[in-house]
Amino acid sequence: MLRWASLTFVLLLAVPVLLGTAISILPAFGYLPALGGNQLSLAPWLDLISVPGLTHSLSISLIAGIVTPLISLIFVFLFLASASGSKLDNWIRRLVSPLLSLPHAAAAFGLAFLIAPSGLLSRWISPGISGWERPPDLLIVNDTWGLSLLLGLIVKEIPFLLLMSLAALGQVNPAERVSMARSLGYSPTISWLKTVAPGLYPLIRLPLFAIIVFSSATVDVALILGPNLPPTLSVMILNWFNDPDLSYRFLAAAAALLQLAVSLSAIGIWIVLEKFTAYLWHRWLNAGNRSSGEILLYTIGRFGMPLVLLITAASLVALSINSFSGVWRFPASIPSSWTVQHWANAIPELLIPLTNTLFISLIATASAIVLVLSTLEYEHQQGKKSTMAIWLLYLPLLIPQVVFLFGLVVLSELLQWQANLALVIFGHLLFVLPYVFLSLSGAYRHLDPRWIQVASTLGASRSKSFFKIRIPLLLAPCLTAIALGMAISISLFLPTQLLGAGRITTITTEAIAMSSGGSRNQIAVWAIVQLLLPMLGFVAALYIPRILWRSRTGMKEIQ
Amino acid sequence: MTTAQLELQDVKISIDGLPLVEIDCTISGGEILTVMGPSGSGKSSLLAYIAGFLPPVFESTGKVCIDGNDLSDVPAQKRSIGLLFQDPMLFPHLSVAGNLRFGISSREKNKNKIIETGLKDFQLAGFEDRDPQTLSGGQKSRVALLRLLLSKPIAVLLDEPFAKLDTALRREQRKTVFDNLRNAKLPTVLVTHDHEDAEAAGGTVIELV
Amino acid sequence: MKRTPNILWLLIAVMNICLHVSVYADDPDLSNWQAIEDQAQGQTVYFNAFGGETRINRYLTWVASEVKSRYRIDLQHVKIADTAQAVSRVIAEKQAGNDYNGAVDLLWINGENFSALKDNGLLYGPWVELQPNFALVDADKNPEMREDFTITTDGLESPWTRSQLVFYYDSELLKTPPNSIREILAWADENPSEFSYPRPPAFLGSTFLKQALLELAIVKTPLYLPVDDSDFQSVTAPLWKYLDALHPKLLRAGRYFPSGAAELRRSMADSEISLAFSFNPNEAALGIANGELPASTRSYVLQEGTISNVSFVAIPFNAQHKAAAMVVSNFLLSAQAQARGSDPEYLGSTTVLSLERLSIQDQKFFQQLDLGPAAPTNDDLSRKLQEPHPSWMGALEEAWIQRYSAR
Repeated sequence: MLRWASLTFVLLLAVPVLLGTAISILPAFGYLPALGGNQLSLAPWLDLISVPGLTHSLSISLIAGIVTPLISLIFVFLFLASASGSKLDNWIRRLVSPLLSLPHAAAAFGLAFLIAPSGLLSRWISPGISGWERPPDLLIVNDTWGLSLLLGLIVKEIPFLLLMSLAALGQVNPAERVSMARSLGYSPTISWLKTVAPGLYPLIRLPLFAIIVFSSATVDVALILGPNLPPTLSVMILNWFNDPDLSYRFLAAAAALLQLAVSLSAIGIWIVLEKFTAYLWHRWLNAGNRSSGEILLYTIGRFGMPLVLLITAASLVALSINSFSGVWRFPASIPSSWTVQHWANAIPELLIPLTNTLFISLIATASAIVLVLSTLEYEHQQGKKSTMAIWLLYLPLLIPQVVFLFGLVVLSELLQWQANLALVIFGHLLFVLPYVFLSLSGAYRHLDPRWIQVASTLGASRSKSFFKIRIPLLLAPCLTAIALGMAISISLFLPTQLLGAGRITTITTEAIAMSSGGSRNQIAVWAIVQLLLPMLGFVAALYIPRILWRSRTGMKEIQ
Repeated sequence: MTTAQLELQDVKISIDGLPLVEIDCTISGGEILTVMGPSGSGKSSLLAYIAGFLPPVFESTGKVCIDGNDLSDVPAQKRSIGLLFQDPMLFPHLSVAGNLRFGISSREKNKNKIIETGLKDFQLAGFEDRDPQTLSGGQKSRVALLRLLLSKPIAVLLDEPFAKLDTALRREQRKTVFDNLRNAKLPTVLVTHDHEDAEAAGGTVIELV
Repeated sequence: MKRTPNILWLLIAVMNICLHVSVYADDPDLSNWQAIEDQAQGQTVYFNAFGGETRINRYLTWVASEVKSRYRIDLQHVKIADTAQAVSRVIAEKQAGNDYNGAVDLLWINGENFSALKDNGLLYGPWVELQPNFALVDADKNPEMREDFTITTDGLESPWTRSQLVFYYDSELLKTPPNSIREILAWADENPSEFSYPRPPAFLGSTFLKQALLELAIVKTPLYLPVDDSDFQSVTAPLWKYLDALHPKLLRAGRYFPSGAAELRRSMADSEISLAFSFNPNEAALGIANGELPASTRSYVLQEGTISNVSFVAIPFNAQHKAAAMVVSNFLLSAQAQARGSDPEYLGSTTVLSLERLSIQDQKFFQQLDLGPAAPTNDDLSRKLQEPHPSWMGALEEAWIQRYSAR
């Protein structure tokens, strides 16, 4: 039974992604019989080259793909390096998961509301400090070089990278290494960077690659914050795919392959950067500097993370104010009247998307957790780590969504599958699986093996050990993994949009549909609903074990 | 209680081709075999082998038999071989009674009575609903031992069970454990690096290199 | 273990069924409206319509509750960002050979989108003139009810709302608004960053291009004929010259264009710009009513007239619930639905009904509407321009994208 589950797991990850990508390849070369393309040709590529602004779009995508992980990495590492176990640090570690649950779209909206020329920040400094009676004519959001896009991506990816790093940190003994270095005279931040960072980096390499791919190929964040003239490549692909003139599909397919190439190039450039940095790092290590640069590094580490949190918090404030604001003319700092009308208007509209969102995320995550637990348990019983390459696990995260989803949609049209919940749930499962696995596998594999050994020696069957010992001991990580899975599903846009043919509405699809036309207030309401849901999941994950084990002090250590 | 015989027939455990443990002996009911050796000499892997969860990275040959029954194809949970670790390993999410109940066969009718009697015998009367974490070191060890005995093992393995106890407690606990095991006539394998343990065990001592 | 392979096959079979679950399309009897109404009972209608405006969504929620209580029809508003998306889907379904299980039952449509579907035979019909309420639009007196951007509707699409391009401005910031396209440029020259227009191919943006071209083109007649019949370059040359001069004077110096009417209104509300426009003549009045726009906002129509059109609803050839779609369309033409549509709380749009055809009681409701000083006068609204041939829209959009979508 377990073997079939883990087999399903592997197939579920690999087959749709590879199949989807493959199906995208043929139309890129002119072959799609349904559209009358019966011969391979390079015509789509010729069309692609003549698209105005293509180079600019490519550059933005490439830059986003490299700068986002770079800055995120710097901030996260410096934060960990300068962390001293203070209250603030513990706070931040606890906040990481809920922050992670902030859907990309909601975070992007909030940021847009914050930094726009007529946004919250601008209103707070006007007219007092800035002297503006009317909003300045500055291109901030949707700026041509994608800086807002970068900011939006970085603010979202830092919690993710931090989570992955914290999960991996247990394997590198940071405390011991740092004490060792400090006893040799190295300042604290430098110690961490010299002794722990080189060991930690390989463990978070794959999450970094996932960040590269996402940043270079995102659609939802690019729609909200990215440049318009021209937009990023991924947005162009979506537009061409949706064009009523179906001959644009060839162009879309070619562009999708180009997008794949861009993302892979970004990874390639990153690897080159890795080598170069490794070389520099070695020289730095060997130079034996004990403390030069300590202050600068420490400051960035200390203040960087709180700054990111501050931006996120401010974005949330911006969203909240907007959702309750009545009349709010520039440059008033707060609305001159407050109203619940926006919420009242939204509630009847919310019911169906909310139900769909909850249903889809519950089923997708429940399936994911069953598959992941089966796979992990099978692996445990076989006594060896899965031979399944971890790359397979990451596959849906390493190939741009827009590339293989396109193929899946074409496939489903050919097979005349009805766009319905089943298909959308399946699409969500693809993305939820890797995150649930990553979140749970560390805790699962590192559970003290003696617990199960003791249980076996006491005569417990394998399933009794699993259900009565392993699961209770892993309750907190399981709940966190479930919360994470649901958060991922809730925030998905493209899979629901494409596989659901627009008929399956979720909170996220509605919010993004609003963004192209709705009032700021309405968008704010939807964005808040969008981010409250996963937050509830994480709160539950945090408090359910506490309540359950309130008279079991030993359980606190297990977590 | 029937006495059983634990046989280790030509047991050889190696890793990467390098031999770790070579042992061939028989332990009768009530006897304690002491295995001693420095860290890394394979003592714990021997116990893992007997219990049935030797990691696949090790290679092993030979047989473990109880009363002549070959245990090679019997999974760990069916071997009825008890195990005490250095840490008491009391399940933190279960109460003391919950821990004790875990090992009692589902066919037993009077579980509560058994638990009550057992706790009384071990000077832990009334501890049923206690949170295991709140017990003292000595109390935890006693509960661990009781839990093991209540699961009616036919052989027992001890993996340096007294290493984390202070001297006075160690002597006391050692006496409790050995007395109980001898009374129950259980063949026991003790792994330790403490010579006092070996002397108190009073059985054959094997030194691993 | 031997049992598991069977479970796997069962799973695959179940999955396959789930993915193919569908209801086969109905084939309404067009000679008998009562039969159509009967057939419509209990059906679901997937109505693909722009979903970016709360007002529209609220209106359709009301329509849904009405058709639910009258006909037990379950109306689902599929919110799309642009009609092109729904058109794209219908075409894709045709290409895939999906003739009975269309995802779209009813769509809000006009202009080039209509012409795209009509030319490819992708619309169901004719059915429109069978609707009992169709008589209320008095199509003989109002030929625009049967014509969509110069293309005849041939009973394939039913009228729903009227629109006219109306400009609005903040009278506190702008004392004398420009009265023609050329005046707009002159004014923008003196007052940069006070104006913008939505980015084509957004409907409103493309309409601005057409409006501008109608004024700037030396000869207008080619615009009412297919674009291929004319020398596109020379006809549109004045337009590009105009835009080249205008863009640097726009908000954000033309490096960013708003996405549509709502964003344009938002810019206005934030006092980023002082002049904007919309297809809804009551945009300003509605904006003031809900506190978005300042009370000093006023609307007007350009001196030489602005583009006016009718938008329709149509049924794709492969719709699964044609009967119910027709019933919904008929309801949309009812006095009650049209009156609710004119209500500023809901669509706030202009009715397609001919008031003389209504009962005295129904007429009263329409005349009661007083939208305040911010609404354009009837005199304003009488200056209408006809929409050019739909083929011009696509051509203009593509040309704009080629010229301006990269910097």
